Amino acid sequence: MEEHWAEDGGRRGRLSRVRLANRVLDHFGLRLDDWGCRTYVLRDRKGRSAVVANLGEVWVEAERLAGRQLDPLDPELVTALAL
Amino acid sequence: MPSDGKLPVALVTGFLGSGKTTLIGGLLGHHAMGETAVIVNELGEIGIDHHLLRRVDERTVLLKSGCLCCTLRGDLAEELRDLLGRRDRGEIPLFKRVVVETTGLADPAPVVYTLLAEPVVKHHYELESVITTVDAQHGLVRDESLRQVAAADTLVVTKTDLAPESGLAARLAVLNPAARIIEASFGAVSPDDVLTPSPHPRETGSGDAPAYGHGDVRAVTVVLDDALDWAAFGIWLTMLLQARGSEIYRVKGLLDVGQDGPVLLNGVQHVVHPPVHLDAWPDDDRRSRLVFIGAGLDREALRRSLEAFSRAAP
Repeated sequence: MEEHWAEDGGRRGRLSRVRLANRVLDHFGLRLDDWGCRTYVLRDRKGRSAVVANLGEVWVEAERLAGRQLDPLDPELVTALAL
Repeated sequence: MPSDGKLPVALVTGFLGSGKTTLIGGLLGHHAMGETAVIVNELGEIGIDHHLLRRVDERTVLLKSGCLCCTLRGDLAEELRDLLGRRDRGEIPLFKRVVVETTGLADPAPVVYTLLAEPVVKHHYELESVITTVDAQHGLVRDESLRQVAAADTLVVTKTDLAPESGLAARLAVLNPAARIIEASFGAVSPDDVLTPSPHPRETGSGDAPAYGHGDVRAVTVVLDDALDWAAFGIWLTMLLQARGSEIYRVKGLLDVGQDGPVLLNGVQHVVHPPVHLDAWPDDDRRSRLVFIGAGLDREALRRSLEAFSRAAP
């Protein structure tokens, strides 16, 4: 599998990425699970899910599941992350 | 020059009539540019570029299509693969470098993407430099030329003999603080001027730089005092490029990720080069600095968001 530019740091890096991604995704009603350190599963609260290969794809699928753009500059998200 | 045996590729872009072919012709006249394969794109039926280049270098390969855009980048990959095959079969001489000339209307991002992502191409070639020509007489004419300027590691201001007082170089320095800027008439440049690694991004100052085009395109520099969490940065930038990729023409930066040296980051639109971990900082300033070139960018919003992501890291 091709390594995405933002995905290094081995298993530890992967765990911390999933943890932080979930703090962000939670704001949009989504959750990310690591699947055997090879791929990820993204879920929404309606039970829909998508398998994604890397961080770049996470945001493409997250946008589709959420039905809106997920903007990291969203002031509400920035405030939520600071709590 | 890539150290792992890959062949360096220089991408020459620039608007129609801005002097790309003249620049390439001038470069190929230098002894150091011997053994260079040149891939040009014949525009329409005229093909003047092709004939000009053939006089300089018989190893020119013509792309079959008229434009290097997303749908045709396979042509570039095919030509690059074909060059290797013909070299290995002894059909063409050995070459040590490739120069790719895009059409004047080409968006450089798909070409950069082809070089970074196509499996065979990225195994054998390495993008060395993006060189953008800008005509001093006509300047920045359309959105395409802004994208080309933003993607550049080196900006070559051409036709300065026709417009010696254009002030274009100074304007370009503000628009792309990540690029080296040189002036050249009649293709008079040395390979060292355009093919050596580009400088690290300059800070754009705290005020708003003048904007260009309909989309309010400008460069903003985000400077951070504290070290960044690398995982958080990866999440932040991938999310930002998904949300606002069409508005961000370029991102380049040196990042303090808590190690001895910085991480060098370079991306053209949604295409990000593999980050390079440097052994040492280039100067005494060890703060992370990220230059964004794009439309409607808000420096403070970018900084606040990136800091929040980094601090939220577990």
